[in-house]
Amino acid sequence: MSPAHYIFLAVILFTIGAVGVLVRRNAIVIFMCIELMLNACNLAFVAFARMHGNLDGQVVAFFVMVVAAAEVVVGLAILMAIYRARRSASVDDASLLKY
Amino acid sequence: MSHVLAAGGGTNLDADYSVAFFWILAVLAVGAGVAMICVRQAVHCALLLAVVMLCLAAMYAMQGAPFLAFVQIIVYTGAVLMLFLFVMMLIGVSSADSLVETIKGQRLFAGLAGISLVVLLIVGIGHAAIGSAPKPGAAQGADNLNGLSKLIFTTYVFPFEITSALLITAALGAMVLAHRERTSPKPTQRDIARRKVASGQVMPEPPPGVYALHDAVDMPALLPDGSTTERSVSRAITQRDIDLGRDPRAEVAADLAAEARVAPDLQLPPGGATPRTPRGVPDEEAIVSGTQTEGRAARGVRGSESE
Repeated sequence: MSPAHYIFLAVILFTIGAVGVLVRRNAIVIFMCIELMLNACNLAFVAFARMHGNLDGQVVAFFVMVVAAAEVVVGLAILMAIYRARRSASVDDASLLKY
Repeated sequence: MSHVLAAGGGTNLDADYSVAFFWILAVLAVGAGVAMICVRQAVHCALLLAVVMLCLAAMYAMQGAPFLAFVQIIVYTGAVLMLFLFVMMLIGVSSADSLVETIKGQRLFAGLAGISLVVLLIVGIGHAAIGSAPKPGAAQGADNLNGLSKLIFTTYVFPFEITSALLITAALGAMVLAHRERTSPKPTQRDIARRKVASGQVMPEPPPGVYALHDAVDMPALLPDGSTTERSVSRAITQRDIDLGRDPRAEVAADLAAEARVAPDLQLPPGGATPRTPRGVPDEEAIVSGTQTEGRAARGVRGSESE
């Protein structure tokens, strides 16, 4: 398969993740959608690496994985802190700054 | 493993296999992704995300990136998703997403934005000249690991070192955020024992099934005095019963009533409390009778006549 196919698939997966972030209200599910977007980016990086015939794209994808792991750890810890304070994981309930 | 590592030209597979695998995996990944943003339960979302990630891992392997494929499976599907499931367990599995739109027409506009994003990106990428054939020369197969490590430890050594700082910061941040300051002194063993006696419940309640008429977990346990206790049933299970429209309490009450009809000398009133002396300890009752009465009143049922 040509790299273009993979890149179009990455576009579709990225959009699914973006729509999920906009639509869902549960903070954990929003995090999962962000992970989906990062994965789509990784797929594009790998496809580009193959297209250009070098390994730089794969190295960048590797770094993206590391950063995503760190992001998930901190994000879920924040989520737990919020849940402890509000007894809810919904993003609608954390609206204190609005009033 | 050896198949994955054995290098072909652009990919590790024959062209026909690669086309077939691509379409199977692509349909699977997109389907799981769409289902992920549609299902309500967060646990189902996590499992569907695992499907997407495994599909992507297979695609990395097909594109001559075996190292990334295994890292994807180990780090993403293994560690990150387990972390998600762990937090879900702490927060509560039953927390289904609410379907109320807080902003009017949000889903509609989100869908429109998504479609326009897809169109924009596909048109933009379609205009860019993406070579249909991959360039040869990428380090494939067994050379993949060597090439990657060479790049990471030469060209990208500084970002790699920064990564370690990032990971340490993330671990510290998670510890600080998850840490809870203790505002009251830690209860000693004596405090715990005193509180237990004061609550009027010295012995633990029997779990479901001990004196039970049923062995289902959603049936409340039967206490030795013939009454039932709601506290033996997990709240999540009670919530599920309510969702499914079941009423195990009524069933138990009906069974108790039937038993009272069959064997009237047992004197079991339906679901209510039997005035019998509890198997508590009278000495402790005398010590903390004040708080005990409150505890009894709060619990409402058992043995209040003994005082």
